[in-house]
Amino acid sequence: MSLFDHVLSLGDNALILGQQLSALTGHGPVLEEDIATANIALDLVGEARLWLSLAGEIEGAGRSEDDLAFLRDEIDFRNVLLVEQPNGDFADTMARQFLFDAWHEALLAALCASADPRIAGIAGKCRKEALYHLSHSAGWVIRLGDGTAFSHDRMQQAVRNLWPYTGELFEADAGGTALIGANAGDIRPLWRQRVADTLARAALEVPADRWMQGGGRRGIHSEHMGRLLAEMQHIPRSHPGARW
Amino acid sequence: MYAQMVDTGVQRVLDAAELEGDERRFQDRIDAGIRVEPEDWMPESYRRTLVRQISQHAHSEVVGMLPEGNWITRAPSLLRKATLLAKVQDEGGHGLYLYAAAETLGVSRDDLIDALHAGKAKYSSIFNYPTLTWADIGAIGWLVDGAAIINQIPLCRCSYGPYGRAMVRVCKEESFHQRQGYDIMTRLAQGSEAQRRMAQDALNRWWWPAVMMFGPPDGESVHSAQSAAWRIKLHSNDDLRQRFIDQTVPQAELIGLTIPDADLRWNEERGHYDIGPIDWEEFYSVVRGDGPCNRERLAARKSAWDRGAWVRDAAAAHAAKHAGEQK
Ligand SMILES: [Fe+2]
Ligand SMILES: [Fe+2]
Ligand SMILES: [Fe+2]
Repeated sequence: MSLFDHVLSLGDNALILGQQLSALTGHGPVLEEDIATANIALDLVGEARLWLSLAGEIEGAGRSEDDLAFLRDEIDFRNVLLVEQPNGDFADTMARQFLFDAWHEALLAALCASADPRIAGIAGKCRKEALYHLSHSAGWVIRLGDGTAFSHDRMQQAVRNLWPYTGELFEADAGGTALIGANAGDIRPLWRQRVADTLARAALEVPADRWMQGGGRRGIHSEHMGRLLAEMQHIPRSHPGARW
Repeated sequence: MYAQMVDTGVQRVLDAAELEGDERRFQDRIDAGIRVEPEDWMPESYRRTLVRQISQHAHSEVVGMLPEGNWITRAPSLLRKATLLAKVQDEGGHGLYLYAAAETLGVSRDDLIDALHAGKAKYSSIFNYPTLTWADIGAIGWLVDGAAIINQIPLCRCSYGPYGRAMVRVCKEESFHQRQGYDIMTRLAQGSEAQRRMAQDALNRWWWPAVMMFGPPDGESVHSAQSAAWRIKLHSNDDLRQRFIDQTVPQAELIGLTIPDADLRWNEERGHYDIGPIDWEEFYSVVRGDGPCNRERLAARKSAWDRGAWVRDAAAAHAAKHAGEQK
C-alpha cells in the first residue's frame, strides 16, 4: 500500500461508518441515543474530511475531499469490510461500533507518533473523539450483554456475526509497514485486551477465531457497499461540476 | 408555530378585578414581569396549558429530525453532510431541553411521548410535508428555522422561567440553522439551471406551509387572549407572520428566487408586505392528520420507540443490577 492508499483507507473507514450511522438519526431507541449517534457520525465524517483532504494533497492530482468521497468507484475504496456491515438492530450497530472503536482509538494513538506531522496532527485531534466513542459503545455492549436475557442473546449473536470481519483490521500491509508510522499488528494485543475485558464485564463470550473475511482494503467489498455508495454519491454524480 | 393553537382550557379570560387570592397574586406578579418558577404556586390551567405548549414544542423538535434526517445520507458534499448532522443533533438537543422544561411542571417525558404516539399531543404542522430534494434542506433551514426564531425570540421573555431559559439556548442555535439554510439556497440559486430549478421548486412548496406555521389569525380566540394574559404568548400570530414575511421577501429577491404569491406587494402605507389569501383549509387538514406525511412521521416515531423497547428494558435491568455500585 502506498502512503496515499494508507491515508485513503483511514478516511474511508471513517466515512463509511459515519455514513452508516447518519442513516440512524431520528430512529434510535431513546432521544439521548439519537443525539449521541448523530454526534459520533459527525465526528467520523469530520475525521474522514481530514484524511481525504490529506490523501488528495499526497496524491497531488488536485482531487478534493469531495472528489474522493463522491467520484470514486467501489473498487477504489479502501475501507475494511467491518464498517460496511449493515446497521441491523441496536445490538448489531453497537457491536460493530465497539469492535471498530477499540481498534480505531488504538490506531490513532499509535499514529500520534508518526514521523509525518500531518498524520500525527490529524490522529491527535481525532483520538480524543475516538476515546469518547469507545466508552460509549463499550457501555452499550456491557448494558446489553448484562441486561436482560433477550438483550444478552442479541448482543452475543451480534458479536459472533461480526467477528469474522475483525481479522482484516490487523492484516499486514504488503508494501511495508513503516509508511504511516504504525504497524497494524502491533495494536492487536491492546485491541484483544479491550475486547476481552469489555465482553467479560458484559457476561459475553469472546468468539473463537475462525476464517476471517478480507478484501475491503484491496477494493473487494461486500454487496452492501454498492447500495451505500449509490445513495451517498448520487447527487454529485447526477450534477457533474456543480458546487453545493 | 412549533406550538400551534394551544388550548388553555378556559372559557373566558377573567379581568384582574375578578380574580381573588392566589390567582390574583399570581396575575399581579405576571403583570409586574416577575417570572414564575417551578416551586411557585400557579393556577392549574396555567400549568396544563404550559405542559401542552412546551410538549408540542418538544415533539416538533424531535419529529422535525425526520424530514431533515431523510437527506443526511444524500448530502452532496462532506461539509454539507457534517453541517446537517450537526443541525439534526441540535434539534434533538432542543427536544431534550424542552422535555426537561416540561418535566418541571410535574409530568414525565415518557408520558408526553406516549401522548404523542397515541395521537393526543400535536407537533408543528410543518413537519408533515415531505423533503423531496436537497434544496428542501435549504428551504427548511431558511424558512422553517427562520420562522421558529421569530416566534421564539419573544418567548425568551415569557413568564415561565424554565421555558424562557430553554428558549435562550435554542434561539442561538436556530439562528445558525437559518443562516446555513439560506447559504444552501444561495449556492443553489447561483448554480446550474438544474440547481436553480431545485431551489425555486423548494421555495414554491415550502413558502405557504411556512407562512401557515404561525397559525390562523387569533381573532376572538379566548385561548390566545388567556395565553397573552399569562405572558406565554407575547405577540399575535398575524404580527409574527408579518415579521417573517417582511424579513424573508427581500432575502428571496436578493438571491433571485420568486415567492410563489401573485398578490405579494409592498404596501407603502402600512410599511409592510401584503400577501394573498392563505389556504386555511390546507392548514386545518394537516393539523387534523391529513397532511402528506402525518402517517409516516408518526409511524416512524412509534416504530423507533417500539423497536427500542428491548434496549431501554436492558438498560433499566442493567442499572437495577448494578444500583449502588460505584462506577
Ligand atoms: Fe463528538
Ligand atoms: Fe430546534
Ligand atoms: Fe433548528
